[in-house]
Amino acid sequence: MTKQQPKRQKRGRRHPLATVALIVLGLAGTGGAYALATIPAGAETSAAVSDDVLAEGQALFAANCATCHGLALEGTEDGPTLIGVGSASVDFQVGTGRMPLAMSGPQAEVKPVQFTTEQIRALAEYVASVSPGPAIPDDEYLTGEGDLAIGGELFRINCAMCHNVAGAGGALTEGKYAPPIMGVSAAHIYEAMLTGPQNMPVFNDDNISPEDKANIIAYLKYLETTPSVGGATLGSLGPVSEGLFVWIGALGLIVGITIWLTAKSN
Amino acid sequence: MTEQHEHAAISDGAHQDGPTPSSGIAVIAKDAVPNPGFPPERPRVTDLDPKAEKAQERRIIALFFVSIIGSIAAIVLYIVFPIIPGDMHSVRNNTMFVGAAIALALLAVGVGVVHWSKALMHGHDLVEERHETRGSEPTRQRAAEIFTEANEESGFTRRRLLRNTLITAAVVSPLPGVVLLRDLAPMADPVPLLKHTMWEKGMRLTRDPSGTPIRAADVTLGSAFHVIPEGLNELPHGKLEEKAKAAVLLMRLKPEDLHITPGRETWSFDGIVAYSKICTHVGCPVALYEQQTHHLLCPCHQSQFDITHEARVIFGPAKRALPQLPIAVDEEGYLVAQSDFTEPVGPSFWERVL
Repeated sequence: MTKQQPKRQKRGRRHPLATVALIVLGLAGTGGAYALATIPAGAETSAAVSDDVLAEGQALFAANCATCHGLALEGTEDGPTLIGVGSASVDFQVGTGRMPLAMSGPQAEVKPVQFTTEQIRALAEYVASVSPGPAIPDDEYLTGEGDLAIGGELFRINCAMCHNVAGAGGALTEGKYAPPIMGVSAAHIYEAMLTGPQNMPVFNDDNISPEDKANIIAYLKYLETTPSVGGATLGSLGPVSEGLFVWIGALGLIVGITIWLTAKSN
Repeated sequence: MTEQHEHAAISDGAHQDGPTPSSGIAVIAKDAVPNPGFPPERPRVTDLDPKAEKAQERRIIALFFVSIIGSIAAIVLYIVFPIIPGDMHSVRNNTMFVGAAIALALLAVGVGVVHWSKALMHGHDLVEERHETRGSEPTRQRAAEIFTEANEESGFTRRRLLRNTLITAAVVSPLPGVVLLRDLAPMADPVPLLKHTMWEKGMRLTRDPSGTPIRAADVTLGSAFHVIPEGLNELPHGKLEEKAKAAVLLMRLKPEDLHITPGRETWSFDGIVAYSKICTHVGCPVALYEQQTHHLLCPCHQSQFDITHEARVIFGPAKRALPQLPIAVDEEGYLVAQSDFTEPVGPSFWERVL
């Protein structure tokens, strides 16, 4: 806030009120609210699978998956076998865009979904028809309703260490990471627990019952729709983002005010 | 401080040839840089131009008005955005708007006052000298007189027994505190508590938090179970202390992936292994299990343990492998512990022998 020539006009960042404006701007920015987008949960169920669907699934599989997973699902050097993975695994991997894999890396990443809902359905049914495995969950467990207290406790014991207590995800070893699970559909959360995709451990129905899985989903949906009472969450990442904010933002503001306080007026 | 004092102080500083010894400085350097005094005073715009002064005054008045508006806005916003019980959005809005308005009110008044003092108040530099540390001679004499009088009147040096018992009483008075503090120490020797956990032979492995027993058949390949000892939930007290030592992570790998050292062949069951969940570094719960790499990651300091090699350390600050809980299957098919851990769990402590 110092100026060499007293004759010059007070304008722009040298204006005496510029600091006031900056402080107000900073406060408005930090206090600003942000909204969480929620994705409605949903997965259809089908009673019977027609031969047409299986045929379509087989054709899609041969065209898009067989290069790595083998024509008979036996797996190759480039991809694991799909025998026994079941429809839940296919629905999760293809339905979240993780498969088909765009490139090899530490882990398959979420990307725009490559198939329509019907095509994913057909692929899942085809893989399940070759060799049975965990099935796509029933809608009754995907309503997002359940016991929040039990769901929260199970989430903190079984999930929070990797996926962060707020579901914001977290780092694993050698470039792998646990993805954020805010905004993930109920069906995909359920299928992930059931099948243990990639490096995630399996939480089968004997470990966490379907009802408890529904409770965990209910808790996650509650987290999604409940705003942070304390203001901006800064990504819910804990000390890293909060530390950056305090060291750069808040300390910067304090340093700025201190300089202004001690600077001589012109 | 008056105008005269200020000018005297400034000229003092500006005209001195070298520093004069003061009571606070022991050594005076002979070649010390002379005090240059204050830089020449430069008048501010507000000193020269009455119009600028008026403009600044108006600005400060505006800031104070902003503060008044902020205070009133805080009250209005508090009413406009009430806290509705059960509605977290309303809590958030209420806190944010009321806080922003109060911040505006306080900041505006603070900035206004500081700006007032900088732009409009007296702009001269001034020095205020401290008074000397040493008191004047009459004051010192009077202080000595007071001590002498007090001694004569009380007989502090004359009544020796009285004085000595007073000193003794003062010295003895903190002793109860010492005894009470000593009693805060652990009642029993803590070392056995650190060396043993709740696990014992035949105790079933149960799910955390429900406490239901786990069949070996429940633990499918790639599974990870968070395990507490049977009966932990029924403990009358000390449940968390026991859990903090006895928490176990149960995993199933392909049996051929496990590298078992001699002596531990019977500790696992068909690829099912149980390891202490308490990090050997500083005791965080290690539970970030990667089912394909079979690495176990500690979230606190990134220690990594390789489950295929009996949880040996492959990265990070931990120095010892995670203790393995020997497990077996009872006649009903449930997983049970063969014994307690064979070594102390968790971080090192003084009496631990490797």
